[in-house]
Amino acid sequence: MLSHPNGQGRSGSRPGLPPLTRKDGEPGWAAGLRNLYNSVVDEPLPDSFDDLLKKLDESDDG
Amino acid sequence: MTAESASGHQADEEFRKELLGTLPHLRAFARGLSGRPDYADDLAQETAIKAWTARERYTPGTNMRAWTFAILRNHYLSELRRNRRQTDLDDGAVERMLVMDADQEGGLHLSDMEAALLQLAPERREAVMLVGAGGFTYEEAAEIADCAVGTMKSRVARARAELNRILNAEPDPQALARRKAAIRSGAGLTRSGTESSSAHRRETG
Repeated sequence: MLSHPNGQGRSGSRPGLPPLTRKDGEPGWAAGLRNLYNSVVDEPLPDSFDDLLKKLDESDDG
Repeated sequence: MTAESASGHQADEEFRKELLGTLPHLRAFARGLSGRPDYADDLAQETAIKAWTARERYTPGTNMRAWTFAILRNHYLSELRRNRRQTDLDDGAVERMLVMDADQEGGLHLSDMEAALLQLAPERREAVMLVGAGGFTYEEAAEIADCAVGTMKSRVARARAELNRILNAEPDPQALARRKAAIRSGAGLTRSGTESSSAHRRETG
Protein backbone atom coordinates (compact mmCIF):
# COMPACT_ATOMS: atom_id res chain seq x y z
CA MET A 1 0.00 0.00 0.00
CA LEU A 2 1.35 3.39 -0.91
CA SER A 3 1.61 5.90 1.83
CA HIS A 4 0.73 9.52 1.26
CA PRO A 5 1.52 11.41 4.44
CA ASN A 6 -1.19 13.95 5.12
CA GLY A 7 -2.51 13.39 1.66
CA GLN A 8 0.19 15.59 0.23
CA GLY A 9 1.68 13.75 -2.66
CA ARG A 10 3.72 16.55 -4.14
CA SER A 11 6.21 18.86 -2.52
CA GLY A 12 5.01 21.50 -4.97
CA SER A 13 1.83 21.74 -2.95
CA ARG A 14 3.80 23.29 -0.10
CA PRO A 15 4.88 26.75 -1.16
CA GLY A 16 8.20 27.94 0.16
CA LEU A 17 9.61 24.47 0.67
CA PRO A 18 12.63 23.26 -1.24
CA PRO A 19 12.11 20.22 -3.42
CA LEU A 20 12.34 16.83 -1.74
CA THR A 21 13.86 15.04 -4.67
CA ARG A 22 17.55 14.57 -5.03
CA LYS A 23 19.16 16.75 -7.65
CA ASP A 24 21.72 15.39 -10.06
CA GLY A 25 25.28 15.49 -8.91
CA GLU A 26 24.67 16.41 -5.31
CA PRO A 27 25.99 14.27 -2.47
CA GLY A 28 23.61 11.93 -0.68
CA TRP A 29 23.46 13.99 2.48
CA ALA A 30 22.11 17.04 0.66
CA ALA A 31 18.67 15.48 0.42
CA GLY A 32 19.03 14.44 4.06
CA LEU A 33 19.64 18.05 5.01
CA ARG A 34 16.51 19.18 3.21
CA ASN A 35 14.56 16.33 4.77
CA LEU A 36 15.76 17.33 8.21
CA TYR A 37 14.41 20.82 7.62
CA ASN A 38 11.20 19.68 5.94
CA SER A 39 10.45 17.10 8.60
CA VAL A 40 10.37 19.83 11.24
CA VAL A 41 8.27 22.06 8.99
CA ASP A 42 5.79 19.22 8.59
CA GLU A 43 5.45 18.62 12.34
CA PRO A 44 2.34 20.05 13.96
CA LEU A 45 3.18 22.89 16.31
CA PRO A 46 3.78 21.51 19.81
CA ASP A 47 1.55 22.47 22.72
CA SER A 48 4.23 24.83 23.97
CA PHE A 49 3.14 27.19 21.18
CA ASP A 50 -0.41 27.49 22.50
CA ASP A 51 0.37 30.53 24.62
CA LEU A 52 2.06 32.25 21.72
CA LEU A 53 -0.85 31.57 19.41
CA LYS A 54 -3.28 32.86 22.04
CA LYS A 55 -1.17 35.95 22.52
CA LEU A 56 -1.13 36.65 18.80
CA ASP A 57 -4.85 36.12 18.62
CA GLU A 58 -5.62 38.50 21.45
CA SER A 59 -3.02 41.10 20.72
CA ASP A 60 -5.26 43.58 18.95
CA ASP A 61 -8.51 42.87 20.73
CA GLY A 62 -7.66 44.54 24.00
CA MET B 1 -13.59 52.86 13.66
CA THR B 2 -11.75 55.18 11.30
CA ALA B 3 -10.75 54.08 7.83
CA GLU B 4 -7.13 54.29 8.89
CA SER B 5 -7.49 52.00 11.90
CA ALA B 6 -9.58 49.60 9.84
CA SER B 7 -6.83 49.27 7.27
CA GLY B 8 -4.31 48.91 10.08
CA HIS B 9 -6.41 46.13 11.52
CA GLN B 10 -6.49 44.39 8.17
CA ALA B 11 -2.74 44.77 7.80
CA ASP B 12 -2.29 43.18 11.23
CA GLU B 13 -4.52 40.31 10.17
CA GLU B 14 -2.48 39.71 7.04
CA PHE B 15 0.73 39.92 9.00
CA ARG B 16 -0.53 37.51 11.64
CA LYS B 17 -1.59 35.00 9.03
CA GLU B 18 1.76 35.15 7.30
CA LEU B 19 3.63 34.96 10.59
CA LEU B 20 1.71 31.87 11.65
CA GLY B 21 2.57 30.24 8.35
CA THR B 22 6.23 30.97 8.98
CA LEU B 23 6.33 29.40 12.46
CA PRO B 24 7.11 25.85 11.25
CA HIS B 25 10.01 27.24 9.21
CA LEU B 26 11.32 29.18 12.17
CA ARG B 27 11.30 25.96 14.21
CA ALA B 28 13.15 24.11 11.46
CA PHE B 29 15.78 26.81 11.02
CA ALA B 30 16.29 27.15 14.77
CA ARG B 31 16.57 23.38 15.15
CA GLY B 32 19.31 23.29 12.55
CA LEU B 33 21.13 26.23 14.09
CA SER B 34 21.02 25.12 17.70
CA GLY B 35 20.61 21.35 17.44
CA ARG B 36 18.38 21.45 20.52
CA PRO B 37 14.65 20.97 19.91
CA ASP B 38 13.38 22.65 23.09
CA TYR B 39 15.71 25.60 22.77
CA ALA B 40 14.85 25.86 19.07
CA ASP B 41 11.16 26.12 19.92
CA ASP B 42 11.94 28.86 22.44
CA LEU B 43 13.91 30.71 19.78
CA ALA B 44 11.09 30.36 17.27
CA GLN B 45 8.54 31.70 19.75
CA GLU B 46 10.72 34.60 20.85
CA THR B 47 11.31 35.42 17.22
CA ALA B 48 7.58 35.44 16.51
CA ILE B 49 7.02 37.86 19.40
CA LYS B 50 9.82 40.11 18.16
CA ALA B 51 8.45 39.99 14.62
CA TRP B 52 4.97 40.85 15.82
CA THR B 53 6.28 43.76 17.86
CA ALA B 54 8.26 45.01 14.86
CA ARG B 55 5.50 44.40 12.31
CA GLU B 56 5.41 48.09 11.34
CA ARG B 57 8.84 47.61 9.84
CA TYR B 58 7.79 44.74 7.60
CA THR B 59 6.95 45.61 4.02
CA PRO B 60 3.91 43.59 2.95
CA GLY B 61 4.56 41.47 -0.10
CA THR B 62 8.24 40.97 0.68
CA ASN B 63 9.68 37.71 1.96
CA MET B 64 8.30 37.08 5.46
CA ARG B 65 10.37 33.94 5.87
CA ALA B 66 13.61 35.79 5.10
CA TRP B 67 12.60 38.69 7.33
CA THR B 68 11.82 36.51 10.31
CA PHE B 69 14.89 34.31 9.77
CA ALA B 70 17.07 37.40 10.06
CA ILE B 71 15.37 38.22 13.37
CA LEU B 72 15.85 34.67 14.59
CA ARG B 73 19.54 34.41 13.73
CA ASN B 74 20.30 37.81 15.26
CA HIS B 75 18.47 36.80 18.41
CA TYR B 76 20.28 33.46 18.49
CA LEU B 77 23.70 35.07 18.05
CA SER B 78 23.09 37.65 20.73
CA GLU B 79 21.98 34.86 23.08
CA LEU B 80 25.18 32.99 22.30
CA ARG B 81 27.30 36.05 22.97
CA ARG B 82 25.43 36.81 26.17
CA ASN B 83 25.91 33.29 27.46
CA ARG B 84 29.55 33.38 26.55
CA ARG B 85 30.07 36.64 28.39
CA GLN B 86 28.11 35.66 31.43
CA THR B 87 29.35 32.17 32.05
CA ASP B 88 32.03 31.43 29.51
CA LEU B 89 30.38 28.03 29.38
CA ASP B 90 29.47 28.06 25.76
CA ASP B 91 32.15 25.57 24.83
CA GLY B 92 30.94 23.43 27.68
CA ALA B 93 27.42 23.55 26.32
CA VAL B 94 28.65 22.39 22.95
CA GLU B 95 30.54 19.61 24.66
CA ARG B 96 27.47 18.50 26.56
CA MET B 97 25.44 18.39 23.39
CA LEU B 98 27.98 16.35 21.50
CA VAL B 99 28.69 13.98 24.35
CA MET B 100 24.99 13.54 24.91
CA ASP B 101 24.69 12.53 21.27
CA ALA B 102 27.54 10.07 21.53
CA ASP B 103 26.54 8.52 24.84
CA GLN B 104 22.79 8.35 24.89
CA GLU B 105 21.11 5.53 23.12
CA GLY B 106 17.64 6.62 24.05
CA GLY B 107 16.41 10.02 25.09
CA LEU B 108 17.55 12.79 22.83
CA HIS B 109 18.38 11.29 19.49
CA LEU B 110 20.39 13.28 17.01
CA SER B 111 20.62 11.98 13.52
CA ASP B 112 24.01 11.74 11.83
CA MET B 113 22.99 14.79 9.86
CA GLU B 114 22.25 16.85 12.96
CA ALA B 115 25.39 15.66 14.68
CA ALA B 116 27.43 16.61 11.61
CA LEU B 117 25.81 20.06 11.48
CA LEU B 118 26.82 20.66 15.07
CA GLN B 119 30.44 20.07 14.16
CA LEU B 120 30.41 23.03 11.77
CA ALA B 121 31.31 26.55 12.79
CA PRO B 122 28.07 28.47 13.49
CA GLU B 123 28.46 30.69 10.42
CA ARG B 124 28.88 27.71 8.14
CA ARG B 125 26.04 25.85 9.80
CA GLU B 126 23.80 28.84 9.28
CA ALA B 127 24.91 29.20 5.66
CA VAL B 128 24.20 25.61 4.72
CA MET B 129 20.89 25.68 6.62
CA LEU B 130 19.75 28.74 4.69
CA VAL B 131 20.88 27.67 1.23
CA GLY B 132 20.98 23.89 1.42
CA ALA B 133 17.98 23.28 3.66
CA GLY B 134 15.86 26.42 3.52
CA GLY B 135 16.17 26.86 -0.22
CA PHE B 136 17.23 30.51 -0.12
CA THR B 137 19.38 31.99 -2.88
CA TYR B 138 22.90 33.09 -1.99
CA GLU B 139 21.70 36.68 -2.25
CA GLU B 140 18.79 36.14 0.13
CA ALA B 141 20.96 34.17 2.54
CA ALA B 142 23.60 36.88 2.50
CA GLU B 143 20.98 39.46 3.37
CA ILE B 144 19.62 37.32 6.21
CA ALA B 145 23.11 36.72 7.60
CA ASP B 146 24.13 40.34 6.97
CA CYS B 147 27.23 39.46 4.96
CA ALA B 148 28.52 39.83 1.41
CA VAL B 149 27.24 37.40 -1.21
CA GLY B 150 30.79 36.17 -1.81
CA THR B 151 31.20 35.47 1.89
CA MET B 152 27.97 33.48 1.89
CA LYS B 153 29.08 31.45 -1.13
CA SER B 154 32.36 30.68 0.55
CA ARG B 155 30.69 29.66 3.81
CA VAL B 156 28.31 27.34 1.99
CA ALA B 157 31.15 25.80 0.00
CA ARG B 158 33.19 25.19 3.15
CA ALA B 159 30.20 23.79 4.98
CA ARG B 160 29.49 21.41 2.11
CA ALA B 161 33.08 20.26 1.98
CA GLU B 162 33.04 19.59 5.71
CA LEU B 163 29.74 17.74 5.57
CA ASN B 164 31.11 15.69 2.69
CA ARG B 165 34.06 14.77 4.79
CA ILE B 166 32.07 14.01 7.93
CA LEU B 167 29.12 12.20 6.41
CA ASN B 168 30.71 10.35 3.55
CA ALA B 169 33.32 8.80 5.76
CA GLU B 170 32.61 5.18 6.60
CA PRO B 171 31.35 4.85 10.14
CA ASP B 172 34.41 3.79 12.04
CA PRO B 173 34.06 2.95 15.75
CA GLN B 174 37.66 3.90 16.40
CA ALA B 175 37.21 7.26 14.73
CA LEU B 176 34.08 7.84 16.78
CA ALA B 177 35.95 6.97 19.95
CA ARG B 178 38.72 9.36 18.97
CA ARG B 179 36.20 12.07 18.28
CA LYS B 180 34.54 11.56 21.64
CA ALA B 181 37.91 11.67 23.35
CA ALA B 182 38.78 14.84 21.48
CA ILE B 183 35.49 16.40 22.44
CA ARG B 184 36.02 15.50 26.09
CA SER B 185 39.53 16.90 26.15
CA GLY B 186 38.38 20.08 24.48
CA ALA B 187 40.47 19.60 21.36
CA GLY B 188 37.47 19.46 19.12
CA LEU B 189 35.95 22.64 20.36
CA THR B 190 37.49 25.29 18.15
CA ARG B 191 35.58 24.00 15.17
CA SER B 192 32.38 24.39 17.10
CA GLY B 193 33.26 27.88 18.23
CA THR B 194 32.93 31.01 16.19
CA GLU B 195 34.69 30.66 12.87
CA SER B 196 38.15 32.20 12.81
CA SER B 197 37.35 34.53 15.70
CA SER B 198 37.73 31.67 18.15
CA ALA B 199 41.24 31.14 16.86
CA HIS B 200 42.02 34.81 17.17
CA ARG B 201 40.20 35.48 20.37
CA ARG B 202 42.53 36.11 23.23
CA GLU B 203 41.79 36.60 26.86
CA THR B 204 42.87 40.14 27.54
CA GLY B 205 43.81 41.56 30.91
